[in-house]
Amino acid sequence: MSGIHDFTLASARDALKARKISAVELTNAYIDAIERLDGRLNSFITRTPDLARESAKAADAALAKGEGGKLCGIPLGIKDLFCTRGVRTTAASKIIGNFVPPYESTVTSNLLRDGAVFLGKLNLDEFAMGSANLTSAFGPVENPWKRKGSDAKLVPGGSSGGSAAAVAAGLVLGATGTDTGGSIRQPAAFTGIAGVKPTYGRCSRFGTIAFASSLDQAGPMARNLRDCAIMLESMAGFDARDSTSVDTPVPNYEAALSRGVKGLRVGIPREYHADGMPAEIEALWQQGIDWLRAAGAEIVDISLPHTKYGLPTYYIAALAEASSNLARYDGVRFGERVNHGGSLDELYEATRAAGFGDEVKRRILIGTHVLSSGYYDAYYLRAQKVRTLIQRDFLNAYENVDVILTPTAPSGAFAQDEKPTDPVQMYLNDIFTVPASMAGVPALSVPAGLDAHGVPLGLQLIGKFFDEETLLAAGHVIEQAASFNHRPTIHAGVSA
Amino acid sequence: MSYRITGNTGEWEIVVGLEVHAQVVSKAKLFSGASAEYGGEPNTHVSTIDAGFPGMLPVLNQECVAQAVRTGLGLNAQINLFSRFDRKNYFYADLPTGYQISQFAHPIVGTGKVIVDLADGSTREIGVTRLHLEQDAGKSIHDQDPTRSFIDLNRAGVCLMEIVSEPDIRSPEEAGAYVRKLRQILRYLGTCDGNMEEGSMRADVNVSVRKPGEDGFRTRCEIKNVNSIRYVMQCIEVEAQRQVQIWEEGGEVDQETRLFDHVRSETRSLRSKEDAHDYRYFPDPDLLPLIIEQSWVDELKAALPELPEDKRDRLEREYGVTRYESGVLVAEQAIADFYETVAKGADARLATNWMLGDFFAALNRTGRSIEDSPVSASSLRELLALISDSTINGKIAKEVLEDMVETGDSAAAIVERKGLRQVTDTGAIETAIREILANNADKVSEFKSGKDKLFGFFVGQTMKAMKGKGNPALVNEMLKKLLAE
Amino acid sequence: MSLDAKTVTRIARLARIGLAPEEVNALRQDMGSIIDWVEQLNEVDVTDVPPMIGTGLAKPRLREDCVTDGNRRDDVLSNAPDREGPFYTVPKVVE
Ligand SMILES: [Mg+2]
Ligand SMILES: [Zn+2]
Repeated sequence: MSGIHDFTLASARDALKARKISAVELTNAYIDAIERLDGRLNSFITRTPDLARESAKAADAALAKGEGGKLCGIPLGIKDLFCTRGVRTTAASKIIGNFVPPYESTVTSNLLRDGAVFLGKLNLDEFAMGSANLTSAFGPVENPWKRKGSDAKLVPGGSSGGSAAAVAAGLVLGATGTDTGGSIRQPAAFTGIAGVKPTYGRCSRFGTIAFASSLDQAGPMARNLRDCAIMLESMAGFDARDSTSVDTPVPNYEAALSRGVKGLRVGIPREYHADGMPAEIEALWQQGIDWLRAAGAEIVDISLPHTKYGLPTYYIAALAEASSNLARYDGVRFGERVNHGGSLDELYEATRAAGFGDEVKRRILIGTHVLSSGYYDAYYLRAQKVRTLIQRDFLNAYENVDVILTPTAPSGAFAQDEKPTDPVQMYLNDIFTVPASMAGVPALSVPAGLDAHGVPLGLQLIGKFFDEETLLAAGHVIEQAASFNHRPTIHAGVSA
Repeated sequence: MSYRITGNTGEWEIVVGLEVHAQVVSKAKLFSGASAEYGGEPNTHVSTIDAGFPGMLPVLNQECVAQAVRTGLGLNAQINLFSRFDRKNYFYADLPTGYQISQFAHPIVGTGKVIVDLADGSTREIGVTRLHLEQDAGKSIHDQDPTRSFIDLNRAGVCLMEIVSEPDIRSPEEAGAYVRKLRQILRYLGTCDGNMEEGSMRADVNVSVRKPGEDGFRTRCEIKNVNSIRYVMQCIEVEAQRQVQIWEEGGEVDQETRLFDHVRSETRSLRSKEDAHDYRYFPDPDLLPLIIEQSWVDELKAALPELPEDKRDRLEREYGVTRYESGVLVAEQAIADFYETVAKGADARLATNWMLGDFFAALNRTGRSIEDSPVSASSLRELLALISDSTINGKIAKEVLEDMVETGDSAAAIVERKGLRQVTDTGAIETAIREILANNADKVSEFKSGKDKLFGFFVGQTMKAMKGKGNPALVNEMLKKLLAE
Repeated sequence: MSLDAKTVTRIARLARIGLAPEEVNALRQDMGSIIDWVEQLNEVDVTDVPPMIGTGLAKPRLREDCVTDGNRRDDVLSNAPDREGPFYTVPKVVE
C-alpha cells in the first residue's frame, strides 16, 4: 500500500481514469490512514467510512464505463460547517452536536455531482471562530508538524484546522474549508499545504453554516495549487439559492496554472511590514519577491493605507453579523436544549450558556454590543465605512498591479499551550489575511519554506475580483520555485 | 365635530397613528418557496429556510415586491427604486432565526395618503408615512398543554406589508374609516385579501392624548395586533381614557407596548420595562439592496385596476348616481362590478334603485354575499328590462324577485308561469273599475262631494281586483275618467 | 477599560446567554480590551464614505412566485429536541 499516500489529487485522478487503481482501493487506504492516525490528530469530528465505500463503488462503476465527473473516486474531507444530508453536521459546537441536516450544501452537492468520495466531517474552531482550532467542542486538532527536537503539540491554525491537518497528514486528498478572515489561508500556511479563498460570491453559501455572511467564502485546501484548482472548479458556480452568489462562468482553473507571470505586475504593500514582524517572515517574503521577479514579473511597491484598520473593522463587522446569525441556536427547532422547567427566556439562556463555548459567547456578546442602541453608529456603521475604504485601497492598487504578495501569517504554527491569553493578541494571527476578506477579493496561501523550528510558512497572494486564474498562475510559480516537499512528522505515508 | 374626551380638568384630544400589517397576496413566501396559503396542517407550509435551519438563506420573491409597488401606487405614494432589508433582532418562540427581516432604514414605499369618508359626509386626508415589506412570524398555541406552548411555523415568513400612517387620526371613527378605506384599496388592487378574521390585516395602534391646542405630542402607547375594525375603535377609546386619567392624576404615561382585552374592555401592558427592546437593526448581509427600475414601476402602474375613488367618479358620471350611492356601490369591487353589469345599457336610475333597495334587501334576508348572490347580475338586469318595457309593473317585479331568489328561475319564466304580465287592455281595466264603483256607490258619492283622498282607495281596490297586474298609469287614467262621469 | 458589570449583563440578556457571576467578571476585562482596541477606528476620517453593503458584485435577483418548497414536516421536525405531534414546543408562554 505504500505509495498511495504520495498521490496528489491530480495524480490520483489520472491513476483512477487510467484504471491503475480503483476508487475502492484508494478510499480504503485513506480510511485506514484515518483509523491509524486520527485518534491522535483529531482532525475528524465524524467519520463516514461506510458511505465512503459506497461512493467509491459507485465511482468505480462509473469509471469502468468511461464515465464519471472530474472528481470521480477522489476521497475528500468536508469541513463540518457544510451541511451534509443525513450526516451529522456540528459546526464543532455542542449546541448542534447532534444535528443531522435534511439537505446538502451547494458546495458539497457540487463535489458529489462530480463524483467525490466523502470520508467524513472535519474538525474546526467552533462556528469557525478561532485561529488555532482550540475552540472546538470536539477537542483541539493537532498539527501533524513538529518543531525540530520537540514533541510539543502545535496548533494547525484555524478555523479550518481539521481540514488543514487532514490534508497535511495525508488522511484526505483534499478538503473543503471556509474562510471568513483567513480561516483557509492561515491553517494552510501552518500545515504546509495550499488553500484558496475565492472571490466573495464565487462559491455558494447555501447550506454552509454562517459565521459572518458578508465574509464567509468556501474554498479548497489541498497538497498543492493544482489540486486546489481542480476542487475549486467543482465547488464554484452560480447558485440561485444564495442571493450573494455571482452569476459568472467558472473558468478552467487547472489550465490557468501554467500561464506563468511574465509581464505580470506584483504589488508589495508597504503597510504589511508590520511592527515586530519576525526576520524569517520578512526573509521569506523577500524570497517570494525574488522568485516572482526571476520568473518575469515586475515588482511594484504599493500602498494599502487602511491595512492597520483591517482587523478591528473585521471584528466589528464579523461579530455583529455572527451575533445575529447565531441567534437561531435556541434549542427549539434543532440542537441541544437545556430546560430547567423555567420560562422560555430561561430556556434560551440556559441552552445558549451550555451550548456555546467561551470564544463563541465572547464574540456573540461583542457583536451584540456593537449593534446595540447608542453604539451602532459608533461601531458598526463606522466599521462598514472603513470597510469601504479598505476595499477602495485594493481597487486603487489594482489599477497598477495584477496581484499582491504578502506573508500569510505573522508566524509559523505555535504550540497549543502557547496560545495568547489576551484575545486581541490571538486575533493578530489574521492580520495579513483579513484585509482581502474585508474587500471580498480572492487570495491564496502556498507553502514557501520552513521557519527556524522546521515548521512551514506560507506566502499569500491576493488577486482581483474573479481573477482566481492569475492568482493560481502566480501561486504556481512560487510553488515551483519553492519546491516545498517537506513532510510533517505525522503522515500516512511516513511511519508515524 | 371634533372628538373629545372630557376629563376632570377639561377636554382632551386624542392622537392616533396606525401601523397596519397586511398580508400580501402571493403564492409563495417572501424569502422561501413554501406556500403562503392560509391554514394547512401545522408545520406543512414550512421550508428549512422558514424554520431558520443552519446554512439556509433567503431569496426575495418578485411578486411580493410587485405587490408592494402596486399598493404604493394605489396610495399615491412615493416608490423608492432603492430599498433594503434589515434584520430586526429579538428572541421569540415563533421567530425561528432570532431576527425578522424587515425594511427599517430604507422602505420600498415612502409617503402617500389615504382619503377617508366620515359618516357626516365629510372627508379627511390621513398621511401614510411609509410602506415596507417584512416577514410574518409563526403562531404559538397556548391552550393545548398545561406546561408547554406549541409552535406552528406555517405563517413564518409569509410576506407582510406594514403600512404606517402619520399620527393624523383624531377619533375612533376616523381610525375605523381609515382601516376600512385601506382594506378597500388593497382589495381593489388584489394585494391583500383584507380578511381580518384570518389575520390578513391587523393593526398596531399608537395612541396618545393631549390638550386641544397643545403643540407636540405626549408619550404614546402602542397597542399590538388588534384584529378587527371594531376593536381598533374600541381600544383607542379605552386607552385614551386610561391615559387621560394618568395625566390628570399627575402621573406620567410610560411608552410601552400594550394589548387590548376586548372581553374586559381594557388595555394591558405586554412587557415589563426591564425587558426594554433593543432590536439591533442592521442590513441583512444575506440579501442585496433591492433596486428596481422605473420602467417596471411604470408597467405595474399601467396595469393597475381602477381604484375606488376613480370608480366612484366614473359611476357618478356614467350612471348619474349620487355621491352617497357611489360610495355604497364601490364599497366592494364585486358590488361595483355587479352594478355595472346590471346598469350597462339599462335604465340606470331604475338599476340603482333596485340594486340598493330590493336587491340588497334580498341579500340581507338570505344572508348571502354579492359573490354568492342567489340572483346573477344578468338575471336582475332581465327583470329590470321587463319593468322598462312594461311587461310587468314595479310592484309585481318585487314579487318576481322574491320568486327568483327562491327558485333561481328567470324573471321571464316566473312571469309566464304565474301569469303576471300586466294588463294594458283598457276594456278589461274599465270592466274591473265599473264593478268596483258599482259595489261602492257610497264612497263614489263621498268622493264626488269632495273627499279626494278616496281616489287612492279606488286605485287599491282596482289593483286588488286585477291581482296587481293592472298597468298603474292606465288604471289611474281610467279611474279619473269614469269617476268624472 | 473594562466594561461595567451592568453593561455585560444587559448585553448577555439581549443575546440570551446565561452568565455566572464569575463569567461576567472575566468578560468585563476581555470585552473591554476588545472594545478599546476597535476604538482605533475613530482615527479614520469617514466623512462622505458610504458604508459597504455587499461587495457590489452580485446583481440584485428576484425569485419567481412559485411554491417550490414546504410539505416536508418530517424534515423540519426531525431535529426538534422536543415535539408534540406536528408541533415544536417551548415552555408555556404567558401573554
Ligand atoms: Mg409595530
Ligand atoms: Zn411590522
